[in-house]
Amino acid sequence: MNSYPALELKKITKRFGSIVANKDVDLTVRRGEILSILGENGSGKTTLMNMISGIYYPDDGQIFIDGREVVIKSPRDAFKYKIGMIHQHFKLVDVFSAAENIVLGLSKEDSPTIKEASERVRKISEKYGFDIDPEKKIYRMSVSEKQTVEIIKVLFRGADILILDEPTAVLTPQETQKLFSVLRTMRDDGKAIIIITHKLHEVLSLSDRVAVLRKGEYINTVVTAETNEAELTEMMVGKKITLDIDRSEPKNTQDRLIINNINCLSREGIKLLDNVSFTAKGGEILGIAGIAGSGQRELLEAIAGLQRLESGEINYIDPNTGKTENLKDKTPLQIRDLGVRLSFVPEDRLGMGLVGNMDIAENMMLRSYRKGKSMFLERKKPKTLAETIIEQLEVVTPGVSTPVRKLSGGNVQKVLVGREISSSPTVLMAAYPVRGLDINSSYMIYNLLNRQKENGVAVIFVGEDLDVLLELCDRILVIGAGRVTGIVDARTAKKEEIGLLMTKTDGGAA
Amino acid sequence: MSKASEKAKEPLFHIAKRPSMPMWKSWLIRIAAIAAALIVCAAIVVMLTDLNPIEVYVSMFNGAFGSKRKIWSLLQNIAILLCISLAVTPAFKMRFWNIGAEGQVLAGCLATAACMILIGDKLPSPVLILIMVIASIAAGALWSVIPAFFKANWNTNETLFTLMMNYVAIQLVSFFITIWENPKGSASIGIINMNSQAGWFPSLFGQKYLINIIIVAVLTVLMYIYLKYSKHGYEIAVVGESENTARYVGMNVKKVIIRTAALSGALCGVAGLLLVAGTDHTMSTETAGGQGFTAIMVSWLAKFNPLLMIFTSFLIVFLEKGASEIAMAFRLNESIADILTGIILFFIIGCEFFVNYQIIFNKKHKEGK
Amino acid sequence: MMFASIATFIQRAVVQGIPLLFGSTGEMITEKSGNLNLGIPGIMYVGGVSGVIGAFFYERSTDNINAFLAVIIPLLAAIAGSALMAFIYSFLTITLRANQNVTGLALTIFGEGVGNFFGGSLANLFGEGGSIAMTATSNIFRTPFPFADKLGAFGKIFFSYGFLAYSAIVVSLFAAWYLNRTRSGLHLRSVGESPSTADAAGINVTKYKYLATCIGGAIAGLGGLYYIMDYTSGVWTNGAFGDRGWLAIALVIFALWKPNVGILGSILFGGLYIVYLFIPGLSRSSQELFKMLPYVVTIFVLIIVSMRKKREYQPPQSLGLSYFREER
Repeated sequence: MNSYPALELKKITKRFGSIVANKDVDLTVRRGEILSILGENGSGKTTLMNMISGIYYPDDGQIFIDGREVVIKSPRDAFKYKIGMIHQHFKLVDVFSAAENIVLGLSKEDSPTIKEASERVRKISEKYGFDIDPEKKIYRMSVSEKQTVEIIKVLFRGADILILDEPTAVLTPQETQKLFSVLRTMRDDGKAIIIITHKLHEVLSLSDRVAVLRKGEYINTVVTAETNEAELTEMMVGKKITLDIDRSEPKNTQDRLIINNINCLSREGIKLLDNVSFTAKGGEILGIAGIAGSGQRELLEAIAGLQRLESGEINYIDPNTGKTENLKDKTPLQIRDLGVRLSFVPEDRLGMGLVGNMDIAENMMLRSYRKGKSMFLERKKPKTLAETIIEQLEVVTPGVSTPVRKLSGGNVQKVLVGREISSSPTVLMAAYPVRGLDINSSYMIYNLLNRQKENGVAVIFVGEDLDVLLELCDRILVIGAGRVTGIVDARTAKKEEIGLLMTKTDGGAA
Repeated sequence: MSKASEKAKEPLFHIAKRPSMPMWKSWLIRIAAIAAALIVCAAIVVMLTDLNPIEVYVSMFNGAFGSKRKIWSLLQNIAILLCISLAVTPAFKMRFWNIGAEGQVLAGCLATAACMILIGDKLPSPVLILIMVIASIAAGALWSVIPAFFKANWNTNETLFTLMMNYVAIQLVSFFITIWENPKGSASIGIINMNSQAGWFPSLFGQKYLINIIIVAVLTVLMYIYLKYSKHGYEIAVVGESENTARYVGMNVKKVIIRTAALSGALCGVAGLLLVAGTDHTMSTETAGGQGFTAIMVSWLAKFNPLLMIFTSFLIVFLEKGASEIAMAFRLNESIADILTGIILFFIIGCEFFVNYQIIFNKKHKEGK
Repeated sequence: MMFASIATFIQRAVVQGIPLLFGSTGEMITEKSGNLNLGIPGIMYVGGVSGVIGAFFYERSTDNINAFLAVIIPLLAAIAGSALMAFIYSFLTITLRANQNVTGLALTIFGEGVGNFFGGSLANLFGEGGSIAMTATSNIFRTPFPFADKLGAFGKIFFSYGFLAYSAIVVSLFAAWYLNRTRSGLHLRSVGESPSTADAAGINVTKYKYLATCIGGAIAGLGGLYYIMDYTSGVWTNGAFGDRGWLAIALVIFALWKPNVGILGSILFGGLYIVYLFIPGLSRSSQELFKMLPYVVTIFVLIIVSMRKKREYQPPQSLGLSYFREER
C-alpha cells in the first residue's frame, strides 16, 4: 500500500475581501478512512472543501495528492485526481434527467451514451440499494432523491477521494443510516472519505478521525475512538461551555395565536403543511423542531401572510382588546392594518429580511417607511433607531451608512433582530436566528428572545440544535413532513424523544 | 494516470471580487476608459482619413459648439435624450428591463400628432396643448403598462415584450401616416398645422427649443427627488434589490411594478410630445431615431442617477454631433458616428470590470524546494 | 391560378424567412450558453457588409469570375466579420462580466454603424443612387436547382432557392441534433441552465460560452449575407435590412428555443411579413397594420408560454446572467 496519505493540505489560506475564511489550515486524509471535519457554521469547512474540489482557488498553501504536490484550478483538475464532492446545495440541472446529470462533464470515452449510462446507474443503484429512476427529471424529485443522484454521480466517476458537505441535513434518520452504511462500504473499498458536519453524534458514530476547524483556523485532528463529545465541543467552540441559558418561568401566559388545521400545497401539489394546529401563548417561547424543510418555513410565512393556505384558520387574539382576528388570506399589510404587531426574523436574512445593498438606516425604514401621509421619506427616526441598535446590540460596523451585506453574519442578524424587536411586537417569530453565529452573538440573541418573552410577547423559535431548543424554549412543537408529530414540555422532554418525533414522518398517515 | 505526473504549475493570476473601492478611484477608472476610447476612435478616424488626430478632435468640438445654432441644437438633443433616459431609469432601478422606450416615445408622438391634426383647429391653444400633454402621457404609459401587467401577474419576460411593442408602435405610426399623408402619396405627413401653428410649443425669448430644455431640466430635478426622497422611490429600490424582501415587508409588488412602468412610459410619452410639438412638428417612424436604446446606455452609465445623466447624455450627444461633423468635414459616411459611439460604449462598459473585480497575481511560495 | 399564387406566396415566405432562420438559430445557440445577445441585429448587418466587401474586392480583382471563389470569399468574410463581432460581445460579457443587455445594445449600435459605414461608403464611391450591386456574385449565390422550373409549383416551393437557403435549414437541423443528441450539446445546455453545476461537473464554462456565442454570431451573420446576396440580388442599400435582426430574436421566443421549430417558425414569420402583398384589395394603410402581425404573434406566444409555466418551454435559467465561480 501507498505510504503517502491520499490527500494532504499544508497551510491553506483563503480570503474573501477582508474576511479570512481559512487561515493556515493543515489536513491529512488516508485511504480507507472516514475523516470528519467538524466546526460551527461559518468556521470555513465548506470553503476549505471547495478549494479541494476546484471551486475556489487558495490564496496560499499547498495541496498534495499521494505525496505529490498538485494544483487544482478547476473542478476538472479535481476529477483528474479522482476527487468528488457532494455539495450541500446540489449541483444539478433541474430540467435534465438524472442520467443526463450524471454524465454531465464526462467525455464519450467515459460513458458512450445516455442509455448505457442509465444502465450503469441502475447497476450502481442495485449495488448500494439506491432507488432511482435514471430518466426522471430533477425538478420532479424530492430532496433525498436529488442527493442520491449526487452520490451516484460521484461513484459513476470512480472518485476515490469523496467529500460530502453536510449530507444529513436534509435526510430522515433512516436515510441517514443508509447513507452511513454506504459510506462504510466505500471506506472498506479503500476510498478516502471526508464528511463535513456539525453534528457530534454523527462524527462519533461514523468517522475514524476528526479534524476540527474554528473560525477558519485549523485546531487539531484526533482519533475518534480516543475522544468524546465534551472534548470535541471544547475544540469546536474554544472554551468549555455548558449551555446555560437563563430561562425564566412563564408568567401570565395567555393564548395569542390559535392555529387551526391549516393546509398548504406546493406548486406541484405536494402537501407542505398538513392539518397543522397549535396554540402560541404570550409570555412563552414555543420552539419548533424538525428536519430541515419539513414545513417550518411555510408555517411561519403563512402566519406572516406570505404563504397562501388551502384551508384552516390563523386566529390572533389581541392582548389589549381580547378581540379575535382570522389572519388567513390576509396580506402582510392587511395584517398590520388590523393592529396585529407581528415581527418575523426570516431564515434568509439578506434575501428577505434585509436589503443587502442598502445601509443600516435604510433597512430600518423597511418596516416604518409607510408612516405618515407625506409622500416623502422620514429619514431621521430610522437613523436614530439604527444608531440605537448599533450601540445596544454592539453591532460592529464602520457606520450607519455601511451596506449591510458588508457586515459579518452575526452583525447582520443583530441588525435584523434589533429592527424586528424595535416595533414592540406581540408575536415574534424567528427562523434559525443563530445559524452561523458565534457563541457570543448567539447568547445575545437568546437573551433578546427571553426578554421579549418576559415582556409578554408570544415568541416562536424555529431551531435546529435540539440542545438549544431544550434549554431555551418552554414548549417544543415537533414537525415532520408538514405534520405536527408532537408537542412536548421543554423542561421535561428528552432529546431522544424529540428525535423520534422528528422522524415520525409516515406513521401518522394511517 | 496520464498527466497526473505533470509538475505542479500555478496559474499566473486569478480574479477576485473587490471588497469596495473609493468613489474617486472608480471614477478615475471610468475617465481613463473614456480617454482610452477617444484615442482608439481618433486612431480609427486617422486611419480612414489620413488626418492628424488634433484636427479630428478640433472638428468634433466644432461640430458640437461651432456656432450658436449648433449649441442650441446640441442642448435640444441633450434634452430629448435626457428625457428618455430619465424615463427608463425608474424601471431599470426596479430591474424591469424596459427596452421599449422607442415604442413608448412613438406612442407619445402619435397621440400628440393625432391631437394636433384632428382637433388642432377647433380649440384654443392652451386647451389644445393641455389635451396633447394628457394624451401623450396616457399613450406612453399605456404602451409600457401592457408588458408590465403581464410581468407583474405572470412574470412574462419584459425585455422581449417591450422590444416587440416597439415594432407594434412603429407599424401603428406607419398606419396613421398613410391616413394623414400630406401631400397625398408622399408617405409622410409633412409639417403639421404649418400655417396656424396650432399645438406648436411657443418660442421663449426667441428660442424655439428653450421650452423643451426647461421642461427636461425640471423633470431631471423632480426625478432625482422622486427616486431619492420619496416613498415610491424607496419602494422601487427595494423591489429592484429583492422582490422577496418587498413582499416580506408588505409591499404590493405588482402595484409597484405597474405603477413604475406607467411612470416610465408616461415620461417617454412626454419625450414624444417634446419631439412632435416642441421640435419637429411632424412625425415619422424615425422620430425616436433609436434614442430609446441610447437612453438605456445613458441611464446605465450614470448609475441610474438623474443628475449624472446630464453628463452622460451630454457625452453621447457630443460624440454623435462631433462624429457627424467629422463625417461631413472629411466627406465620410455619417454612420461613423455610430461606430465611434459603439467603441466608446464598449470601453465604458468594459471598465466596470476593473471597478468590481481585481486581478491577483499569485506569488511563488516554493522556496523550500 | 389560385394554386400558382399560393406557391408564389410560400416561396416568397421562405425567402423572407431564411435571414430570420439564420439569425434565430445563431441566437438560440448563443442563448443556450446563457448569453442573451441583443447585438444580433448588429451582427447580421456586419455579416452582410463583410460579404459585400469580400465580393466587391473579388469582383474587382478578376475578369474571370470563378464560381467557387465567388462563393467562398464572401462566405468566409461574413463568417469572420460576424464572429469577430460576437467575440467583442463575449469578451465584454464573459471575461469582463459586463451587463449583457447593455453590451448587446451597444453592439447593435456599433454593428449597424459598421454596416452602414462600409456599405454606404462603397455605394458612394463605386455605386450609384446610394446603393451598390454585386450582381455577378449574387447570380452564383442565387443559382437554384436546374430542374426547379421543370417541376412547376412543386419545384418553385422546394427547389427554387440558392444554396444558402438550404444551408440555413441544414444548420438548424444540425443545431437541433447537436443540442439534443450530443454530449457536447448537453454540456452547452447545462452551461445555460446552471453554470455553477456545469463548472462543478468539470465543464469549461468560459470555453463553451465563448464558442457558442461566436459560432452563434457567425451563423446569424450568414443571415445578413443571405439577405444581400440572395434576397436583394446583391444590392447593398443602407438601412434596407431593417428590423430583421430583432425579428430573429422574436423568432427564438416563438420557437421556444428549439432550432427545428425555428424552421417552420421562420417560414411562418416570413409569411406574416409579406402576407399583406397577397391579400387582394388591401389599402396601403391596412397593409401597415398587417406588417404588425409577426410582432403581435410573438407577444401572444410570450404571454401564453409565461402563463403555462411548463418547465421545458422556459428560457435557459441563467439567461442574461454572468458567471463568476467565486461568487458568494
